[in-house]
Formats: sequence, structure tokens, C-alpha cells
Amino acid sequence: MAGEIYRKPITLALMATVAILVGSIVTMAYPMLRADMHPKLETLRPFTPLQLAGRDIYQREGCVGCHTQTIRPLASEVARYGDYSKAGEFAYDHPFLWGSKRTGPDLAREGGLRPDGWHYQHYANPQQMAAKSNMPSYGWLKGRPLDPVEVAAHLNALGMVHPELKADPAAVKAALAGKDELDALVAYTQQLGHAVQRRQGGSANLDLENPLARDTQAIVAGKKLFTENCAACHGDEAQGTDGVAPSLIDDVFLGAKGDLPDGAYFAMIDGGSDAKPIAGRTGDPGGGMDAYGKTGQLKKDEIWSIIAWLRNQKGHEAAEGHDMPEAEKKP
Amino acid sequence: MNDYRYDNRTVQGFILSAIAWGVVGILVGLLISIQLWAPAANFAPYLTYGRLRPVHTNGLAFGLGAGVIFGLSYYIVMRLSGRPLVFPRLARVQLWIFNVAIAAAAVSLMMGYTQSNEYAELEWPLDIGVVILWVMFAVNVFATISKRKDEQMYVSLWYIIATVVAIAVLYVVNNLSIPAGWMKSYHLFAGVNSANVEWWYGHNAVGFLFTTPFLAMFFYFMPKALNLPLYSHRLSILAFWSLVFGYLWTGAHHLVYTPLPDWLQTLGIVFTLFLIAPSWSSVINGYYTVGADWSKMKTNYLTKFFIMAITFYGLQTVQGPTQGLRVVSQLIHYTDWVPGHVHMGTMGWVTLTACASIYYVIPKINGTAIYSERIANIHFWLVMVGQLLFSVTMWITGIQQGAMWKATNADGTLKYTFVETLTKNYPYWHTRTLAGIIFTAGMLFFVYNVLMTIRQGRARAAASPAAA
Repeated sequence: MAGEIYRKPITLALMATVAILVGSIVTMAYPMLRADMHPKLETLRPFTPLQLAGRDIYQREGCVGCHTQTIRPLASEVARYGDYSKAGEFAYDHPFLWGSKRTGPDLAREGGLRPDGWHYQHYANPQQMAAKSNMPSYGWLKGRPLDPVEVAAHLNALGMVHPELKADPAAVKAALAGKDELDALVAYTQQLGHAVQRRQGGSANLDLENPLARDTQAIVAGKKLFTENCAACHGDEAQGTDGVAPSLIDDVFLGAKGDLPDGAYFAMIDGGSDAKPIAGRTGDPGGGMDAYGKTGQLKKDEIWSIIAWLRNQKGHEAAEGHDMPEAEKKP
Repeated sequence: MNDYRYDNRTVQGFILSAIAWGVVGILVGLLISIQLWAPAANFAPYLTYGRLRPVHTNGLAFGLGAGVIFGLSYYIVMRLSGRPLVFPRLARVQLWIFNVAIAAAAVSLMMGYTQSNEYAELEWPLDIGVVILWVMFAVNVFATISKRKDEQMYVSLWYIIATVVAIAVLYVVNNLSIPAGWMKSYHLFAGVNSANVEWWYGHNAVGFLFTTPFLAMFFYFMPKALNLPLYSHRLSILAFWSLVFGYLWTGAHHLVYTPLPDWLQTLGIVFTLFLIAPSWSSVINGYYTVGADWSKMKTNYLTKFFIMAITFYGLQTVQGPTQGLRVVSQLIHYTDWVPGHVHMGTMGWVTLTACASIYYVIPKINGTAIYSERIANIHFWLVMVGQLLFSVTMWITGIQQGAMWKATNADGTLKYTFVETLTKNYPYWHTRTLAGIIFTAGMLFFVYNVLMTIRQGRARAAASPAAA
């Protein structure tokens, strides 16, 4: 009797279909009817034309093959990348780009972490920013034009399900004027994770004092550490790089006028961009810095050594009296 | 021979096309394995890792995988139905469209046209082509089975029928998208929902592309080649129904610790554990079938192919559920462990089953014996060493990387920078390329053996016109 179905191919096919559909309905179709599959944070902004063009390039180049965009709620992961990913952050992501392999780091909170200039340099030559990186160069995107007609069509396709994305071609053309594919990719990168605070910087103890201040060996070590970790953005002598990172030795940022306590410098190197408001400095609004301490790139002593070297730089000498030229002469 | 003129040329056409795409896919795999440790090997935009990775996965899943499935399913369906295909011309047209579609797929992926969903990268015009191919396949399979001679359908036919329906449902639903241009579309689903639909598809593409059709081949060709009866039909029934029922619940194990609702993750993990039962029913059935006469290991060169194939299937289906557990997932997810796992299934289970089946079919339809058992043995050992070296290497570096990502100091700060965890992979990635070269060499022996067998068959037919 039960053996009958093994004589009837159509009956067998129908029964197999039913077996297949049960799990599909419970785990795939039914959840779509639930609100928790369609969450949207109020802080989530729709893509601008330039950002969507950048996302299209991110898709085209298969970036998702090496970079995830979802931070798991694990302590080590939050420490490395920032607050874990929330379901409501991805309402405009058709499809999701969470990925399945982290050959490179997660990018879910990459937006605003570093300045635009860093990304331009990094996309052009990843090994300049991290010598042993295996990321290929995307410098060839520079100068490749964006097609406003195509981008408008893409916005309007998504506009069928998200009316706020609908755009008229003239406005798209204006938004993309003078921009190339690399500009678009950077714009997309810089909005990643914008709907949620990174919350990585943590607290700052402004009363901390540099235990290595005026320590000659520390100053020498600090110079070396600065060259390895900071100079790519802030320049060899901490003089800054236009459009990338500010000078750390001029009057404005670290200068004689209203200098910050050691604890504030420590907080900024330790906690990156997120610590800037805590330390009372907003810095460049478009800029950003990685949390070098919190992410394990620099140890405490190493951060203090860098601060000791910075303090020793010429910009401070007059006001601070920290000048120790003999330390600079050592190899 | 038989009273029927089986459509052997179409079967062989699919097999040879599959082998050709397989070679392309494997060579692309070698190149991208080099790119992981030598970024300078990203020679041009259309040859970058990002664009070539889907060429590798799609080339092998759909070029090699689907090609073998079409060819060998037709062979099995015709033999088990005791008649030729009902629509032989349709099958021949399908063969041509198949090759055009795979070529177009590879070119379009290299041009950067992609939907970004794994194993569903192809843009919508190509999706339509895939659906047409699948409908052609379904028409011939159902029509031929319906007009079979034997009343009873053997287990291989059940698996082929389940494959036809499941892939149709999965492929159509996950490729629903909003067209935004001739070669651009956006997934109809967004965010968490998009992730859930994609992995429902992605996991079951593995289930119904790499499992059910290959079980059909395994349970048809293994008893045939070894001349041993299937150990248990009852076990086949158990395995079949629990597999086709259980598979579809498990996609969420790819999304452990993501923002996907927890209940879906847990449900996925539970059913993933459940899948051990049907998988091991097939493993036991395979082992006990050969168990009737273990001397076949000595006397028939194909025995070891089938036994190792089902062994890797067994290992794969225990490793997979283990990976689904939250505590294991948090260590190995996103690391190189996962490619290690995937390649045990594809290089071990899938490729060994396909090669053994082809070794059985090609001499059969060319009226000759295998060109060289010695070459087949060399092929076997090379792919075995290549695959094990690949997988074990990736497991080691995956655990290392996962542990380094998680390592924190007493004060909660991280011990290692991301770049430090990356550079530790390099020696293992070098070894993986070496493993790939060994595996590729093995596959080239296989290709040579197949081509020489066909040639030998032709020479024999020419020598004795009566046999033709």
C-alpha cells in the first residue's frame, strides 16, 4: 500500500514537493509575514545617488567575497569592530551584503572610522597602508565615469519598494557631477553602519598622566611606532596630510593653545574617533581614526611612548618645555 | 546489447561538456588560490579575485555539477525506465543551450554582472536561461519515467525526481528580483529577509545539487559497477524522506550570530543535527552494500572511489552539523575552515562519485573497457592527497584565525590586529595552492583516461563494423 507511491512518479513528485514545502514555509515564507523580518531603524538614511552607485561597484567587484558586513554579538568582535549589527540597519540592502568569509576585516562599521583620504590611498594601494595586506589595488576605478542615467534607473527600481529612493534624472546628474567610480565607492564605504553608534571608544580617564614622559628611550621607541602606525596618515613628522589627517604638532590640534591633558591623547589613540568627543575635540568632521589600543594594534606602553614623542616634537617645545633634542639624534 | 537505442551521444555530450567546464573551474580555482597570497596576480579588473571567485563556484556547481547531473540522470532514467528518452531532440538542444549558458555565465561574471548572492550570482537574463534548461530537463525526466517498463521505481529515480522539483522551487524563489537594467537587478527581499531567503536557497542548492542527484548516482552506479545488490531498500526509504523533509529547515545555520531572529537560527541548528540521521542512513547503506563482499576492494578499481566518496559524505555530514552549533560557529565562521569543509564535500564526495560514475558509463556506452586502470589509480591517489591536504590545511588555519580573532588581554583589549591574523594564513594558503595543483594533476589524469577510452571505443568500432 505504502509502496504504491514508488510506482507513481507524479504522486511521488507531489509528495516530495509537500515534504520540501513544509520546511520552506516555516523557515522562509512564514517569517516574511512577521514584522521582525522587516525592521528599520529611525536613524537609517536611504542611499544617496553617489552611495548607491558605490554600492553597485562594491557588488560588481565582488567585495562581498572577502569582506563581511555583520558584527556578531561577541565581546572580541565588538572590541574589534564596534557595536554588533542590528537587524534594522539593513532595510535598504537588496540583497544583504553580510558575506560569508572574512579574508579582509568586517566593514559593518567602517563608515566614518577613517578619513576619506585614507580610503583613496588605501583603494589605490592597500599595501601602503598595511604592508602585508593581500587586497588587490582598485586604483583603476579612478577616473572611470559614472552614468547618471543608469544610476537613476537603479534608484527608481529600488524606488518601487522604497518610494523615498525615487529620483529624477536631473537631480541624479547634478549629484554625480564631477564624481568617478572611486568617489562613489568611498562614499558608499563611508556610510556603512551609520545608523548605529560604533560605541567602541569607551570611557576616557582625563586624569591619567604619561608614565613615560621625558623618557628618552620611550621617545625613540615612540618615533619608531609613529612611523609604523601613524605616519601613513599623519605624515612622517606628524605634520599632517591634506585631506587625510590633521597635523599633530601645530597650534590648532595639539598646539600651545589649550593643550589637552595626557589622558585625552591616550583616549584618542586608544579609542579612535569615538573618543574624540569625550576628549573634548571633534576633529575633522569627515575624518576618523581607528581605535589603536582597543583593537590591539598598540599596547599601553606603546601609546604612551608615541605621546612622549609627540610632546617632544617642535610644535610643543616653546609652550611645553618638553624639548629633548638629544633623543632625536639617536638612531 | 539492448533492444533500445539509448541516446548515448547526448549523455556523453553532457559528460564531456561537464568535464571541460570542470577543468576551467578548477584552473580558475588555482588562480584565485594564488591571488589570496599574491595580490599582484590580480592581473586585470576582469581577472580579480572578487570577480573570479563566482566564476570558480558557478563554473563547478553549474558547469561541472549540473552537466554531470543532466548527463548521468538521463543515463540512469533511460536504463531504469528501459527505454530511450521520450524527447531525444529536446535533450540535444538542451545540451547546446547548456554550453552557451555556462559560457555566457562565465563571461558575464568576469564583466562584473552579479546579484551578489552566493550560488545565485547570475543576473536575471541568465536566470531565465537556467529555468528554461531545467524545464527541458524536467520534461524529459518525467516523460521518460512515466513511460517506463518496470512498474517499481528504484531509489535513484526518487532522488532525481526530488532534485527536479526542489531545485525548481529554490531557484525561482531566491532569484525573484527587481530588474534595474538589462544586466542589473536587486534582490526582491531586503536585509535580514534577503539573508534568510538566500541561505534557504544557498544551503539547499548544496542539498539538491550536490547531495540528492549524487546519491542517485551513487546508489545506481555503485551496485552496478561492483555487481552487488543494494543492502537495504527500507533504509533508502528512511533516508530519502527524512532528507527531503529535513534539508529545507537548515539554511539559518549559515546565519548564526547575525541579526536574523534567534528562533530561526535555533530551528536551523536543530534540523541540521537531525540531518545526520538520513545522511548516515545512506552511508550505512553504502558500506553494507560493499560489506557483502569486501574483496571487491582488491578486484574492482572503482570500489575505492565509491567507498571513499561515501566516507567523505559521512564525514561532511557530521562536520556540517557540528559547525552549526553556536559554540563551534563562533570560532570557525568566516574563517578558512569553511572552504576546507566545502572542499571536502565537493572534491571528496561529489567529484569522486562523479568520476567513478563516469568511469563506469564511458566504457559502457563506447563498447569498450576503461583505457587504463593504472591511470585511474594514479588519478584516485592524487585527488585524495590533494583534497585531504587542502581541507586539513584550511581547518588548521581556520581554527588558528578564529582563535586569534577572539584572543583578548585581561583588560578586554584585543591581542592581535587583523593584519596579524591575516599574515598567519599565508603559509597555509601556499600549501592550499600546492594541494590544488596536486588535485588538478589528478583530474588531468582522469580527463586523459576518459578521452583515451572514447578513442579506444571508436577504434574498436572501426575495426569491427559489425559491432557498430
